Amino acid sequence: MNWFTQAFSSTIGKKLVMGFTGLFLILFLIVHCGINCLVFLCDDGELFNKAAHFMGTNFFIRAGEIVLFAALIWHVVQSAIVTRTNAKARPVGYAYNKNSSPWYSRSMGLLGTLILMFLIIHLAHFWVQSRFVGLDSIKYQGEHYDDLYVLMMETFSNLWVVIIYFLAMISLSYHLLHGFQSAFQTLGINHKKYTPFIKLLGTIYSILIPLLFAIMPIVLYLKGLGCCQ
Amino acid sequence: MEIKLKVWKQKDAVSEGRLIDYNVNHVSPDMSFLEMFDVLNEELIVKGEEPIAFDHDCREGICGMCSMVINGRPHGPLEGVTTCQLHMRSFKDGDTIVVEPWRAQAFPVLKDLVVNRTAFDRIIAAGGFISVNTGNAQDANNLPIKKEDADDAFMSASCIGCGACVAACKNASAMLFVSAKVSQLAKLPQGQPERYTRVAAMVAQMDKEGFGACTNTGACSAECPKEISLTNIALMNRDYMQAKFLENE
Ligand code: SF4
Ligand code: FES
Repeated sequence: MNWFTQAFSSTIGKKLVMGFTGLFLILFLIVHCGINCLVFLCDDGELFNKAAHFMGTNFFIRAGEIVLFAALIWHVVQSAIVTRTNAKARPVGYAYNKNSSPWYSRSMGLLGTLILMFLIIHLAHFWVQSRFVGLDSIKYQGEHYDDLYVLMMETFSNLWVVIIYFLAMISLSYHLLHGFQSAFQTLGINHKKYTPFIKLLGTIYSILIPLLFAIMPIVLYLKGLGCCQ
Repeated sequence: MEIKLKVWKQKDAVSEGRLIDYNVNHVSPDMSFLEMFDVLNEELIVKGEEPIAFDHDCREGICGMCSMVINGRPHGPLEGVTTCQLHMRSFKDGDTIVVEPWRAQAFPVLKDLVVNRTAFDRIIAAGGFISVNTGNAQDANNLPIKKEDADDAFMSASCIGCGACVAACKNASAMLFVSAKVSQLAKLPQGQPERYTRVAAMVAQMDKEGFGACTNTGACSAECPKEISLTNIALMNRDYMQAKFLENE
């Protein structure tokens, strides 16, 4: 093994990968959430569709999308490897175990699996539709745009979908509650001056972002019922 | 006091073990947990039964030998206390207490509550020292050390190598122990020449022994009898990155 593979196959190296990819995904969620907040406007999705158009056609954003998928896949694969290493480290468990750590920090694998299942549904709903199947077209100021907004309205007119999205965001919230500050700790960023701030920021982020995401389907469901007119 | 015990009994490293029930009468609240075991073992020997094997040495909280998981927590219910410093007044009359050995691939059970912790010795031997290859070590007072660094190094050095961190961690990770030793020497001038060789060698040995990867649940620090902090692990990770990506390790 050369030094590079050796570094990344060590227990610390594996966790560095989890931390780096995790932080990248955290950054992505800010962009994703920010743009999607445009659906809260009462403009029949005009601004949102224009923003989605920009995201779908800009070269740098599209290149970033490849990096995003790579980071996501690396995060998932690496977590499976770490989980296996860690399961092997304790072949016999305790008859009686009083855990002294929060349940969600011990359940990152389970929470992550739920999020992954949600992601498959979510990508099928929107990414596959807009990239491969094609969307309805809408005209603003004489120009054609894909009507992603109307697809969201249709998708979230089904109450079950709204509920699944809501539950998935609860999993995401707990996953982030541990993951955000854990990523910094793994990357060696722990200092009495700024760790309290990172932890606070992590808590705010982990509640705010999933909350905004969770409200979107609910708002669109309500819009479908005729609110916002 | 009267105490009911469920204790892990296992004949040797290859046999299957199981929890066995014992009753201990005439327990004084002032006894330590180990003294309660002494009383029970004497009774068992008089009855011609096999006593319970457990590790202990100093019985004053400094050697780290007294390893056992008591009611699901390494070293029992108190914070910052080893089993030998835990007293029966922390329990109630009639309590049932479950006692198990440390559980980790790298700490195989030898007998009953005794586990083999030589994996820790091998990690220390891999790099947890400073080399003084000739003559005497120089007088420590000749080396100026910032007070905070000396204090931090001392905090890290208070690790007694008991292994409760491994026992408590859901991943049986040894990172708190290894990082305590890495940090202690990284904070001191004497530790500098071998700083990055040390962290690389100790982490490699830790992995070879089959300990898991840290997922930052914090259970180790919560259960550590010396309350070693997670900042040690962050420092170790930083030094490891430096060793692998900036130094020649
Ligand atoms: S870090 Fe704490 S729990 Fe781990 S070996 Fe040292 S003293 Fe024991
Ligand atoms: S017997 Fe030495 S620390 Fe408990």
